[in-house]
Amino acid sequence: MAKVFAVTVILIAIGSAIPILMHKWVPPVDISTHGPLIDEQLSETMVEAGISFLAAQFILGLFVWKYSNTPKSAKIRNFPGGATGLVTAAVLLVGLEAMALGIFGAKAWASVYFTPPKPDALKIQAQAGQFAFYFRYPGPDGRFGPIHPDLINEGTQNFFGLDPDHDPDSKDDIVTAELAVPVNREVHLLMHAKDVGHSFFVRELRIQQDFVPGLDVSVHFTANKTGRFEIVCTQLCGLGHYNMKAYLSVLSQPDYDTWLKQQATMQ
Amino acid sequence: MHDMSAHALQHHAPPPGFVRKHIFSLDHKVIGEQYYGLALLAVLIGMVLSWIMRLHLAWPDVHIPGLQLLSKNGAPGGVLTPEYYLQLMTMHGTIMVFFVLTTAPFAAFGNYFLPIQVGAEDMPFPRFNMMSFWVTFVSFCVAVAAFFVPDGPPLSGWTAYAPLSALGAIAGPGQGMGQVLWAVSIAIFCVGQLLGALNFITTTLDMRCKGMSLMRLPLTVWAWFITSCMGLTAFAVLLPACILLFLDHVAGTSFFIPGDLVVSDTLQPHAGGSTLLWQHLFWFFGHPEVYIAIVPGMGIVSHVLITNMRRPMLSHRVLIYSMGALAFLSYMVYGHHMFVSGMNPFSSLAFSFPTLAITIPSTIIVLIWIGSLYGSKLRINSPSLFALGFISLFVSGGVSGFFLAQPSIDIILHATYFVVGHFHLVMALAATFGIFAGTYFWFPKITGRMMNETLGKIHFWFTFVGAYCIFMPFHYLGMAGNVRRYQAFVDDFMQPFIPVHKFITVAALVTGGAQILFLYNLIYSRFRGQPASENPWQATSLEWTIPSPPPFNNFGDRIPVVYHDPYQYGVDGASDDYVMQDSPEQTQSVRDEK
Repeated sequence: MAKVFAVTVILIAIGSAIPILMHKWVPPVDISTHGPLIDEQLSETMVEAGISFLAAQFILGLFVWKYSNTPKSAKIRNFPGGATGLVTAAVLLVGLEAMALGIFGAKAWASVYFTPPKPDALKIQAQAGQFAFYFRYPGPDGRFGPIHPDLINEGTQNFFGLDPDHDPDSKDDIVTAELAVPVNREVHLLMHAKDVGHSFFVRELRIQQDFVPGLDVSVHFTANKTGRFEIVCTQLCGLGHYNMKAYLSVLSQPDYDTWLKQQATMQ
Repeated sequence: MHDMSAHALQHHAPPPGFVRKHIFSLDHKVIGEQYYGLALLAVLIGMVLSWIMRLHLAWPDVHIPGLQLLSKNGAPGGVLTPEYYLQLMTMHGTIMVFFVLTTAPFAAFGNYFLPIQVGAEDMPFPRFNMMSFWVTFVSFCVAVAAFFVPDGPPLSGWTAYAPLSALGAIAGPGQGMGQVLWAVSIAIFCVGQLLGALNFITTTLDMRCKGMSLMRLPLTVWAWFITSCMGLTAFAVLLPACILLFLDHVAGTSFFIPGDLVVSDTLQPHAGGSTLLWQHLFWFFGHPEVYIAIVPGMGIVSHVLITNMRRPMLSHRVLIYSMGALAFLSYMVYGHHMFVSGMNPFSSLAFSFPTLAITIPSTIIVLIWIGSLYGSKLRINSPSLFALGFISLFVSGGVSGFFLAQPSIDIILHATYFVVGHFHLVMALAATFGIFAGTYFWFPKITGRMMNETLGKIHFWFTFVGAYCIFMPFHYLGMAGNVRRYQAFVDDFMQPFIPVHKFITVAALVTGGAQILFLYNLIYSRFRGQPASENPWQATSLEWTIPSPPPFNNFGDRIPVVYHDPYQYGVDGASDDYVMQDSPEQTQSVRDEK
């Protein structure tokens, strides 16, 4: 039975590693300028965690195989180096490895959160509500009109609660259901939650950020490949959570300009 | 150290009648069994809920016969609605985390064996102990009552994130009365656990028999003691959090609700609250809770393995200090649940490093276990198989923590099935294996009968292989971006994941079905199992020095005196290969702790 356990544990370890080695279950191709740092961090962590996982399972299997059903006369022996050796190994190998991952990972995190967006970054507001995303572009004046929560009304399609009759800044604001951004241009996404918590997740963009009711948060990113990608909500927001999605279109600058003009005419 | 003098003996008389003996019992052993029974009932409900969810995820249109009886609106014709999926998911998480993972390894086994293992007749506050169970039972009834209110249980998940959980019925089905019942239930649960933790801590510190120094306490006692210390602080924070959530519902307060929220085109009459405040309060409890679930399992696994390796661990002290370090660090790492929550991004880094550092005590514990297997005389039986399975699962779930501890990687893995795989392996499954190891190991002591070994081993193989078949693929799905808490996968990129979900569902049904073997074994062996001797495993700690099952006052008229550390195995010069902890036999092991 001990040998069956040993073989099973080792087979499970190998079997678990195969899909990872096949590179089938990996995040999709990155389309952001900050993404390579995250991907590199993911790969390094996979190597280190993978080695720890395989080593621990193999040694567990090996020892169970070797030291079960030993004769009664056999003497108990201690692992060479004893507890001191193992504690030293844990602190030196795993502790240093973990800290190194932390330090290098901090660089990837800093690239998303510690560098402020450039002053000329394209400002777009994203609003999340049960169960849809809406986006707002400031129009030619470059300014967003204020949000009046009491004016928000899905029925009249006033998703942001704008009052263009009284707020001049709102007059040229462009509200869309799709997020279109120009390629290779930094975007500063201002995130506003209308009702409960939601999240903005685009796998290819390597961006996930919660919308926090009562707190306006923002992220900034530069997409460097054109295409159309799904935006999904990852913060449980109610019964329609699974169906709360929108699309991100990364367009060339001329295509983006044309798209924005079209959207402006539809307001 | 407290010398248990004669006046302390028989501080309560034998229970006079059925009610006092079996229902409102003051006996820590009966209370332990009651907790175990509650956990068993809860895990059956929780498992059936997971089956329903898994069936729905793999085959969204599947008709589940009889489901409409549970909720006409939630499952018309036996097909789950999107909201009812989330409501069942909330109840699955709530029931499993609170009423199974907290009660079985800690409250059930701890109540039964902690007083015996320290050489005490009972806990110091038996009435508090009885209240602890009955308060927990009431809490369970309140939680389950949510199934039977008009809108059903809440749908906000076991984490009950505000403001979804605080706004009331307008936020969705179950968010009215269902969510109120949830908050009340969890608040009551906290009270029960606080009463239990006080008893555990006092018993460990004040009720030890003569000779039982702190370092002579078995690792199980240390694990329960450390868990109690965590429980005392963690539940003391969750309790007021639930009260505030309750007040947001019924008293019109706005602790967790900011102003200017518009739900269903209606401006909400709230202002000034903080949604992140709930997350901070919840996870300040929530992360220690992970260790509240797993540390007792570590104690049980160590205890079971030592007996079956016929040797002490390489270091008793290092294991104790490492479990203590886990408990200490568990309060500093909770923010890793909130990396992308909108919390200050500098805080994320501050929480990241303790989270990475917690791998050090975890690794030390695993290395001590594996290193102690070296040169041992391992016996393979149902308890030891589950203990070994625990190590394997704890390692597998633990290494995925490397990823989630880093905020940069959390950007792509947060809220995906990777997280679901991680916490199920490292917390739920490992702790469950701890419960199984403890059950097979202590069953003879509790009932006086052995469990069936063959059935036990078959149960192990199904559960062990099944656990990996279910939860390892979750990691792959998460890496590819499969978002959790979705009742259906409608996004284009998730379509290729559906066959994997079907495989997982089949594995979950088979693995869950195999638990019938365990239930059968538990019930059959209780009445028809082979009679067990006082010490069937040739173990050394105090519970094996008394009859099986133990008398109401544990040690009878005898006052136990301890002469050795709890794990005198492989001792040179002993009459057998072990020396009981209370044996005056003068053998000196190299590792006899003073």
